Amino acid sequence: MGCGVTKSNHLHKHTTSSGRGDTAIRAAILIQRWYRQYVARREMRRRYTWHIFQSIEYSGEQAQIKLYNFLGYLMDNFTPSSNERNLISHIFRENEVCRDAEWERYFCYKNIEVPEIYSGPHLTFPLTVEEAVGLVEAFRNKKQLHSRYVLQLLLETWKLLRMLPNINRISTCHSKEITICGDLHGQLEDLLLIFYKNGMPSLEKPYVFNGDFVDRGRDSIEILLILFAFLLVYPSNVYLNRGNHEDHIVNLRYGFTKEVLNKYKMHGKRILKLLQKIFSWLPLATVIDQKVLVLHGGISDSTDLGVLARADRHIYISALRPPKKRHHSLAGISIDSDTDVDTAAISRVFQRRASFTYPKPLGTRDCFQNRSLQDFSDRIRVNMENQLELSRREEPTLNAQINKPEQESLFLSTDSVSSDTTVDEWKQILDLLWSDPMTQDGCIPNEVRGGGCYWGPDVTEDFLNRHNLQLIIRSHECKQEGYEFCHNRKVLTLFSASNYYDVGSNRGAYVKLGPDLVPYLIQYQASSMTRELTVRQSVGRTERSALRVLREQLFAHKSDLLCAFRKFDSENTGLVSLNDWASAVESVMHLDLPWRMLRSQLVTCKNSEGTIDYYEWFNELAITGSKTDHIDQSLLETLYRHRSTLETIFRIVDTDNSGFISMQDFRQTWKLLSVYLKMEITDEAISDLAITIDSNHDGSIDIDEFMEAFRLTDKKSRLERGRSMFMGTTSDLTKLEGDPNI
Amino acid sequence: MAENSKSAEATVLNTKILKKLKGAFQAFDTKSDNTVDIKEIGTIFYSLGFFPTQADLQKFTSEVEDERSGYIHWDRFLPAMTKVLLEDKFPPIADELLLQAFEVLDIEKRGYLKPEELTNYMTKEGEPFTQEEMDEMLTAFTDEEKKHIYYKDVIPHLTLERKM
Repeated sequence: MGCGVTKSNHLHKHTTSSGRGDTAIRAAILIQRWYRQYVARREMRRRYTWHIFQSIEYSGEQAQIKLYNFLGYLMDNFTPSSNERNLISHIFRENEVCRDAEWERYFCYKNIEVPEIYSGPHLTFPLTVEEAVGLVEAFRNKKQLHSRYVLQLLLETWKLLRMLPNINRISTCHSKEITICGDLHGQLEDLLLIFYKNGMPSLEKPYVFNGDFVDRGRDSIEILLILFAFLLVYPSNVYLNRGNHEDHIVNLRYGFTKEVLNKYKMHGKRILKLLQKIFSWLPLATVIDQKVLVLHGGISDSTDLGVLARADRHIYISALRPPKKRHHSLAGISIDSDTDVDTAAISRVFQRRASFTYPKPLGTRDCFQNRSLQDFSDRIRVNMENQLELSRREEPTLNAQINKPEQESLFLSTDSVSSDTTVDEWKQILDLLWSDPMTQDGCIPNEVRGGGCYWGPDVTEDFLNRHNLQLIIRSHECKQEGYEFCHNRKVLTLFSASNYYDVGSNRGAYVKLGPDLVPYLIQYQASSMTRELTVRQSVGRTERSALRVLREQLFAHKSDLLCAFRKFDSENTGLVSLNDWASAVESVMHLDLPWRMLRSQLVTCKNSEGTIDYYEWFNELAITGSKTDHIDQSLLETLYRHRSTLETIFRIVDTDNSGFISMQDFRQTWKLLSVYLKMEITDEAISDLAITIDSNHDGSIDIDEFMEAFRLTDKKSRLERGRSMFMGTTSDLTKLEGDPNI
Repeated sequence: MAENSKSAEATVLNTKILKKLKGAFQAFDTKSDNTVDIKEIGTIFYSLGFFPTQADLQKFTSEVEDERSGYIHWDRFLPAMTKVLLEDKFPPIADELLLQAFEVLDIEKRGYLKPEELTNYMTKEGEPFTQEEMDEMLTAFTDEEKKHIYYKDVIPHLTLERKM
């Protein structure tokens, strides 16, 4: 600036000639333009910020699904005796053949005593309205529900859910508008705010909660308990749809597993087990007045409500993998994860399923790396042909039939019939939970998330016509305004977790539907802090946190980036031009971000000729912990880069959910990771790492402690932590207490 | 020789400009189909550092809009924009003038404007702000304690990070 208060300026010069009024107008125009430019620049930055968060979030989801596919691949292809297999097999075991009576035993709460000093809420069953409301109050006051009541509540919920159809059909009337909420993701503050603004569920106030109640936020279990309590009190006024996060495999990565284990040290494992069961019984969709379909993700060109209505929804304990139910009955083997299972028997079943799930020639490890869930269904078909190929050799009579043109019909007449139906069912459920709308016509696999599909306006149109519907309300995607219409207003995305990426990043919204079925949208932002921040501050804050996450990601890719820079820097000067810098970064990160635009925020060291000294830049990015000096640098980088994946494997390997793993399992985890990443990790490097962390040398490693020790920055980054960074401090919590809006 | 280096310079300039334009355009290409909503054109212009008037913007959009679809395609945006750049149509306004503009409105030379005064100028003169714009401006720039707009404090925010 530095122009001071000199009077020799254009504006004043004109004052004499054209009068004061004219000058004022000119001054006003000038300020208006400057202000509009300021707003535009800020908007541009907001877009980029948003883009950064979303890119990183989706690449995380992709990583999770890749990991799961990889583990499935190991299960299917490794010999039964291998260590890796034993470590991970439990997550693939399902409890289908376990009879209901056994389940009730599992739920058994009677031997758990509630101590006198317990100051939380007490529940009796059947649950009353007062108790449900009391539960909300208690959670608002940071109380915890005793595990005895948790188990009891879950048992009752399970009993009720089993009676419900896959697709709830409900109707509006004038006195009863239906409220629909999108993703809550463990953000209790948002649910409390919705109840405050809109009222709690009641006979006059029906609610539909559209999935993704858990993960990421820190109060997932509380949200579930509140929703289940109201479901029990008002079974005809509260409807819950399943989301893609109501899945124990997803919960391993995104924080819910950890939350439950931390909150319920004694009975956490049981609670998680029961929740697996309960999640699988959550209804899939809700239809309002036969015209409005509410579901979590979306549809694909093959979605058929008839098929979905008939599916055995509870066999999809995790929607990430096709069920093996039919094969149980074929093989006549029962699998029960609660008792020790004969490994050979499992392996027989797995081999059967393996041949069903994967094409035979899947020999190389490359295959799983790029495979999204979508590919499975294609491969399954290929594979069935393989199976036929096999049977052809064995049975000449079949062979004759196969050569006929009606090959397809033969498919249906063999035992693949049931498999085919199951696969179709599974794919429909996967699409329902994971898909996103797109603007182009058509239907393509959702490569970004790695599961479900993208569907276009033509698919919506066709689907609505076929089912005589007029609107789809779905959630699953965070929107800046909390909601967004697309496909000619035939699809409404609804997201109810405000400040999802960070304080001020987005608003939350819910919708009310009356008999006219015109959506009435209500937006909100549920942080006591956002109100105190000006627009300017909140944009700046969100941006800073996005950039911090991005810097961590960049640093974690250091060696790849170095390689890329060296390619551009053929003379080894250590300098690259801006253009080359941007190209190199994108070639490594694949985040599709406007790197040139972000350069000024990401790179401070800059030479006069507009070049970037990339060694200097890495120094600038480096924000490592203290005791990392003696650890192998490439291992360290792997650790930073695949932190979430590593943590997920730890949680899987920690079969008894104790939060601790033995040195032996620690090594196994790294072995798994090295196979998964196709890179070599030496035993020495792993030992060094283990010694660093096992400070009391008792031979076991605290998973939480280990993950904390290798955090890139001291501040918690939202996307990695699966928890909000602003909700943790006591001062924030006390502020919430007196908050009139809650 | 000299001619060669000159043309090379021009190419570099062009790729730079192209990337800049593409970046700004893509930020608003929410559908990833090489189009942007015409309502975003103003933001794109301003964020690139231009100072068009509202009339300039309207003229520009009416020339490049795709058959009243409400959208502008990149193929039409690029040539029109290149022209704007080459002709330097909406030159930036010097930072210094901003302070002077505020001083003109601050008749009593108090060093601040009251929200009512600023609202009066901004919504009635020149290219008037909408209520929404006005509310946002006041929320962002009114001093919380004194309830005035101290424009010398505001100016750095308006001009900061202009050269992105």
